[in-house]
Amino acid sequence: MKLRIRHSKLGKVRFTSHRDSARHWERAVRKANVPLAYSAGFTPRPRMSFGLALPTGGESLAEYLDMELAPDTEPDLDELSARFSAALPVGYEVTHVVERDHGSPSLQEDVVACSWQLTLHGVSHEQAADAVAIALASPSLMVARERKGQHAVDDVRAAIEDLSLVASHDAVLDDPRPHLCAVLASTGRGLRPTELVATLFPALDPVDVTARVLRTHQWIERDGVRREILPAHPFATRTPARAGWGCA
Amino acid sequence: MNSLWARIEPLLARVQKPARYIGCEDGAATPRHAPGKVSWLLAYPDTYEIGLPNQGLQILYEILNERDDAVAERTYAPWSDLEALMRRHDVPLFSVDTHAAGGDFDLIAFNLSAELVYTNVLNMVDLAGVPVRSAHREPHHPLVVIGGHCAFNPEPLADYVDLVVLGEGEEVIGEITEVVREWKASGRTPGSREGVLRALAQVPGVYCPGLYDVEYDGPALRAVTPRYADVPATVHKRTVADLGEWPYPKHPLAPLTEVVHDRLAVEVFRGCTRGCRFCQAGMITRPVRERPAEQVRTMIANGLRSTGQDEVSLTSLSTADYSNIGQVLQGINPLGCGSSETVSLSLPSLRVDAFTVGLAGQVSGGRRSGLTFAPEAGSWRLRQVINKLITEEDLYGAVESAYSQGWHRMKLYFLTGLPTETDLDTQGIVELARNCVQIGRRHTNRASVTVSLGGFVPKPHTPFQWFGQNSTDELRRKVQLVRDASQRAKGVNVKWHDPAATLAEGIAARGDRRIGAVMERVWRDGGVFQEWSEFFRMSRWNDAMAAEGLSIEWYVNRHRDEHEVLPWDHLSAGLHKDFLWLDWQAALAEHGLEDCRWTPCYDCGVCTGYGIEHVVASPVPPAGGSQGTGQDLARGGEVPVELLAPRRRHVEAVPVDAPVAESVSA
Repeated sequence: MKLRIRHSKLGKVRFTSHRDSARHWERAVRKANVPLAYSAGFTPRPRMSFGLALPTGGESLAEYLDMELAPDTEPDLDELSARFSAALPVGYEVTHVVERDHGSPSLQEDVVACSWQLTLHGVSHEQAADAVAIALASPSLMVARERKGQHAVDDVRAAIEDLSLVASHDAVLDDPRPHLCAVLASTGRGLRPTELVATLFPALDPVDVTARVLRTHQWIERDGVRREILPAHPFATRTPARAGWGCA
Repeated sequence: MNSLWARIEPLLARVQKPARYIGCEDGAATPRHAPGKVSWLLAYPDTYEIGLPNQGLQILYEILNERDDAVAERTYAPWSDLEALMRRHDVPLFSVDTHAAGGDFDLIAFNLSAELVYTNVLNMVDLAGVPVRSAHREPHHPLVVIGGHCAFNPEPLADYVDLVVLGEGEEVIGEITEVVREWKASGRTPGSREGVLRALAQVPGVYCPGLYDVEYDGPALRAVTPRYADVPATVHKRTVADLGEWPYPKHPLAPLTEVVHDRLAVEVFRGCTRGCRFCQAGMITRPVRERPAEQVRTMIANGLRSTGQDEVSLTSLSTADYSNIGQVLQGINPLGCGSSETVSLSLPSLRVDAFTVGLAGQVSGGRRSGLTFAPEAGSWRLRQVINKLITEEDLYGAVESAYSQGWHRMKLYFLTGLPTETDLDTQGIVELARNCVQIGRRHTNRASVTVSLGGFVPKPHTPFQWFGQNSTDELRRKVQLVRDASQRAKGVNVKWHDPAATLAEGIAARGDRRIGAVMERVWRDGGVFQEWSEFFRMSRWNDAMAAEGLSIEWYVNRHRDEHEVLPWDHLSAGLHKDFLWLDWQAALAEHGLEDCRWTPCYDCGVCTGYGIEHVVASPVPPAGGSQGTGQDLARGGEVPVELLAPRRRHVEAVPVDAPVAESVSA
């Protein structure tokens, strides 16, 4: 049986890397006593594959992975999500464990864009609103990057599919700081959240400005229609408090 | 205690590997501080990756947190990027468990497993906002404690620490906690610091260097004597009589990020009686105490279940020496957590012989990453001097066995600068390596051997403590000899340790109290993380020695004579000084000693002095592994000294003035 899993990654554990997350999962599967299928070959590896990397330091309400169970394993999927959550480090919550369709594309191939909620530090709502307006009005936005040791400049405007500032009265919890919602393409060269902040506020240090990065959605397209890979349950009780308000 | 997390969090966005500072590991305690509890900050003075797997720290962390009157948290040396940010933003040293400030703890206890971390100790104490010199501390400051192998010569840090714990820590930390609890209850009044140290000095295994006077005679040390009649003239190490009573860690820490030994570690025994004369660990951890086989299997099964690890390392100073090792290993696979996967086992510190390689092949599953052996010296003559009794046949048998079982990379550890070493011995290293490659080439064209060459640093409490360390120039010349010879040896690669770092280690290893000021100068000059080549600069050490008017030659390169007062003479690992001297003379006479587990006692002093004995899990000595001793262990050999000790039976036998036990195991 092939499974697709959605989970959150919030709090201190956000400082672990994507690679670390893979190891958290490998250990959790063993702790939860879930038999996986193994690859053939001299050093068999458990059949698990992970979605788009979350930047180290970023939090997420929408992380995904796929795994394949050992043959003839028919677990209770709801019970499995609780078992995984218990076996994973504090900060992970498994919200979905579903059977994956045969032949569906891998997560890496399938996801076209992600939604992000970015909490800004040291800029006013007005500054943030101006920066968003300027960026959206620009036909092109250039970002300097290192690529294989070479200096490169890319136009990333097309990767910004949507960008808005959360209205100040719609404050998130008690945090009065400005919050951006961004939908950034993950195909092609893509655009990372901190790169977006760097283009919005070229005079400021993007690490200072980006107080918090939260991935809220990962999008795929089916028959021209965009949808979340596994949509959040409408009445999910275990959705963490800082849910993806406002960002879609 | 308040959490500093809100101030630490923004800094972590700017540093490499921020996961080192978040805690949250599987197995981490949930520390609850309370006014009646003694709070310990267990500190490892190196990076998280190196410190987290440390078993000694994990054991003490758990034992303390099980107590009603104690709470323990952990901290590791912040890397230079975070340290700079912490100093800029006034964030003190913090624990990784609750992110509490280091200065708020009652004790900060460092585990010292290498000399070059001493400057990190000063740096971490300073980062905690605590005066680095113990004389400048007030009653509200934490007590600074050191333990671990380097604590057996703590003199270079004597002016910087409040107490030193000798030997194994399992029992003594409780006794220290009780004394400190009383002190807390009394309100830690002004001037009470010396009082608590005097009370602590009554605890066997605890050395409070501030309570001792040091007299010099020119450069020579004359005496280290207690200033008060109730402070012991000689402090003895603590030793746990029966490892079976201490099945720790019960909840091993499984880190959230990559660390150096990322596997479940189960300690199968302590102590080693091979008697290698260069090896401080083997000398100061005597006698051998094996963990019962059944407990080893239980700890493996529980540890795998709680951590989800898929690799187990059976740790000790020489794991293949565990009696009946084969049977223990058979009981382990496949104990995995129920998945179809099997658990792989690793055996560090492998003995050099074919039997051991067979074991390694049996447990490593399909993995053939590489095997490491430590012949240590290039000729049989020199191996008799250092008492590493491996014959060439042992080595070639091991290598043949390894290549025939699919390994094709071999690493051989050697020391250079050993007593009586000649250029023939040094060049013999390459000869051995070349022969190993030739054996390998019969099995695979890819056969290669890496020679790893370290400069020898004589260590306290060993028979070589009197030996003058080779100069840096001499070590460089010997490294060059090996490199030159290896040019003509196909398949032999040579790696070597920087002889300058070896010199710095030598200054710290046998230093006396005057070396403390040198450490402080090196630290103030920015010399932290001295075992990391990117941070090490010998000029800092040369300058600091010169500024203090101290001679490197006198401290490092000079041979000592029999009657010299050594800086650690008032500290005892149980070894008689005349045993060590006779063993030093035997070394010079190229005379080896057999393993005393299976032969009559040489009266080194440890078992008889402390009323403890070797404890082995099986009456059957390990098969194979004569290591040139001529002992036919495969046949069954001698009857071991003592089977598994009945619980606590030796404790009553201990004289009142001798300590029973304690340690921070490496």
